[in-house]
Amino acid sequence: MSKLIFEKGARGRTGASLPELDVPLKDISGLIPPGLARKNLPLPELTEPEVVRHYTELSKLNFSVDTNFYPLGSCTMKYNPKINEELANLPGFTHLHPYQSGDLSQGALTLMYNLEKSLSEIVGMDGFTLQPAAGAHGELTGILIVRAFFKDKGEKRKKIIIPDSAHGTNPSSARLGGFEIVEVETDGFGGIDIGHLGKVMNEETACLMLTNPNTLGLFEKNILEISSIVHQAGGLLYGDGANLNALLGKSRFGDMGFDLVHLNLHKTFATPHGGGGPGVGPLGVKKELLAYRPLPVVEKKGSRFYFNYDLPKSIGKVRSFYGNFLVMIKAYAYILSLGGEGLRKVAENAVLNANYLRTELKDYYDLPYDEVCLHEVVFSGNRQKARGVRTLDIAKRLIDFGLHPPTVYFPLNVPEALMIEPTETETKETLDYFIETMKKIAHEAEVNPDVLRQAPHNAPVGRLDEAKAARELDLAWRAK
Amino acid sequence: MDYSGNTPLQQKEMLEAIGLRSIEELFQSIPEKVRLQSSATPRARPLSEIEVVNELRDLAGQNKSALDYPLFLGGGYYDHFVPAALKFLIGRPEFYTAYTPYQAEASQGILQAIYEYQTFITLLTGMEAANASLYDGASALAEAALMAARINKRKTILVSQAIHPEYLSVLETYLSGSDLAIKRIPLKEGRVDSAFLKSSLDKDTSAVIISQPNFFGIFEEGERIAPFIRQNGSLYIVSVDPIALAMIRPPGEWGADIVVGEGQALGSGLNFGGPGLGFMASHLAFVRKMPGRLVGQTEDSLGRTGYVLTLQTREQHIRRAQATSNICTNHALNALAATIYLALLGKNGLKMVAGLCLQKAHYAARKITEIPGYKLKFKQPFFKEFVLSCPHPVEKINRRLLENKIIGGLDLAVRKKSLNGEFENCMLLAVTEKRSKEEIDKLIEVLKSLQKL
Repeated sequence: MSKLIFEKGARGRTGASLPELDVPLKDISGLIPPGLARKNLPLPELTEPEVVRHYTELSKLNFSVDTNFYPLGSCTMKYNPKINEELANLPGFTHLHPYQSGDLSQGALTLMYNLEKSLSEIVGMDGFTLQPAAGAHGELTGILIVRAFFKDKGEKRKKIIIPDSAHGTNPSSARLGGFEIVEVETDGFGGIDIGHLGKVMNEETACLMLTNPNTLGLFEKNILEISSIVHQAGGLLYGDGANLNALLGKSRFGDMGFDLVHLNLHKTFATPHGGGGPGVGPLGVKKELLAYRPLPVVEKKGSRFYFNYDLPKSIGKVRSFYGNFLVMIKAYAYILSLGGEGLRKVAENAVLNANYLRTELKDYYDLPYDEVCLHEVVFSGNRQKARGVRTLDIAKRLIDFGLHPPTVYFPLNVPEALMIEPTETETKETLDYFIETMKKIAHEAEVNPDVLRQAPHNAPVGRLDEAKAARELDLAWRAK
Repeated sequence: MDYSGNTPLQQKEMLEAIGLRSIEELFQSIPEKVRLQSSATPRARPLSEIEVVNELRDLAGQNKSALDYPLFLGGGYYDHFVPAALKFLIGRPEFYTAYTPYQAEASQGILQAIYEYQTFITLLTGMEAANASLYDGASALAEAALMAARINKRKTILVSQAIHPEYLSVLETYLSGSDLAIKRIPLKEGRVDSAFLKSSLDKDTSAVIISQPNFFGIFEEGERIAPFIRQNGSLYIVSVDPIALAMIRPPGEWGADIVVGEGQALGSGLNFGGPGLGFMASHLAFVRKMPGRLVGQTEDSLGRTGYVLTLQTREQHIRRAQATSNICTNHALNALAATIYLALLGKNGLKMVAGLCLQKAHYAARKITEIPGYKLKFKQPFFKEFVLSCPHPVEKINRRLLENKIIGGLDLAVRKKSLNGEFENCMLLAVTEKRSKEEIDKLIEVLKSLQKL
């Protein structure tokens, strides 16, 4: 491993060129209260070339979409078009202050307004807020809107129903919003157990949070029946749109009966994940929920766009200012580039790629739900486990072949899960290489399981000791 | 362009392998009633790269930015210098096209960088442990309040009236689903009324929140109130400007339990308000109650040093409803920017930035208050921002400044409701290291010429 930045450099160096003071110098002791002035600032001292080399070296220790196939299920690791990066870096966007007047930011407001309209059209909702910074943040926003909606109606609904196969953010957002969670079971076909839903749904239920297609990559076939069960009991239907990639131009949340849905611009709309963010988790709502959106909302009067803060029913703000604007630019450019037709092709190729992997690998790995899937396919490593090889070992072995592992051990309703989402931007040649490698690994599990248990062999480090990391916590470097 | 590469022939081969005849058959599981037929949504046709560039350049051109006009706006987001090298480094696709580093062995680059980020934040704040970033300063503050309540199980959060009004709004929203109550601490001369604070503390007080410097740019007496809070068994949450920390003693030295803040100033740019990042630091003893990702150092079987995500049992993907927070995606790339910013500026550069802000803001304040009718609203010491009491409505002044190609300060009169005070004709003016004497002098000159409006 590379030395830490704190172990490099030498006293007196700096990597930034700053202007000299051009106003008369005043003694700091007269400006900062006595006792508050800092005596020691223990930061490293390096030249610009040293810093550039250090972080360039670190970057080379990373797998990424631009360097590796990255079939991480549920994360939609598609290619991030370069033109979108360039456009988000236009100085007319990056140097805008959030409090400058509307007259000086009409371009930014127009973009936000148009993006909201496009997203509404794509998923069939009546309006959006772009304020949430990530999917989970969109969920929290949605849950608080649900809460405000029922409070307004004078109904005391304390419960939210969530399937056992849901993303972990669903129950944790619901709890943060002050609700109790009721689990609904999955049936033998990977969908919601309608009978069970009918039993748990009642006048205490505020909403059902549903991921569609679900985390098994399967469309919720009974969606219309589910929607009617929820609505008949007076509840709302909340959509987790993390898997929208499968539905672009094919089906719309609004048409299925969803009242709210959050999307992930950093998944479906090709904005990069940045090693863990930033994203945008925009929330779409139907008409009766528009008034509850966070402040402010972009609106249009004549040909002029403005921020409307006059929404007395709003849940308030969920973050400062208006959201991750630079990410919105990238998504907007992506939608313009693809158009409706291109977006439909995205879904078609994403689903085709996932099904190709499904059919080519199902003789080698257990496939608990053997049916045509949508954007992702979930295998189980049960067969290999019988040989003493765990799914984690398979994942680590893939690294040796330059392939990023799939999502593992999720969803929770599949033992030893391997959740594979190839996305539409991978070619058949890449998929074939992945298939070959997965077959090779299945063979190794039979004849040489140790090579898997000790993987990875070609990475910058071998298998890391996570237990030690948690037991002997070391979260920051300290001068010796 | 849709960036997918399967040729019609390959699609046919793949469909054959799957055992289907058409692409449409892949979507048979969608009930017909909700399956879209051929009409594409949105209806817009795909645009070529040239057309997209023209469209977006046109939108960018409709804005006027801090590059066009000198800008004196602050209020939580500041026009600080971002070194060119930083943009090249965070623009490396190995960083920005990676996912959250769940697979440590394939993600050592970003993991080590986050470990360095965590270290930088602890060095700046004087705390023991920092997380791998949150969305922004406002949500970090709200998360800190929730964290405090998890630690001491008390129910009331006391908040200074001088925190950023948007942070207060976010705090209220985040806590609206909980059984926690928020009480505001009123101000005396633009900062926390310590006598009121002292008398408000009781056994229900979970935490006290202040901002240092506060929304008006003023330095709070952070150290003086710390003993009251500690003696009451409450936790002390301090929201800081990281640039100011180059100059003022870190909150960890004067009694803070959780330190949060907006990290936009550390290399993220203005971006019309996002993305920046939220940072959070605390005592090591509280780390299991912390929200968000944490990176820890460990070893592989050969004893080589490596980095992993650790204490994941706090997080939503393991603990689900019992997690410390719902956060998953955070602001890792902005945390990387902050890391590189601090590495580039280093000890001397960051001190210089803070010093330039301090000196230039005071120069501007001195010169402007020499103009008849302009006064400082508060007498307290300030950092890079101050409240000017003006002889005319700020809206009018700002309009005239704009005619002279200057973006003036923030109009506090329109925010008086959320600020809960009298701010008629008050302007919050920020001066960073990017403003030259020439620009400040031009601002002063125009203000002088506005004597009669």
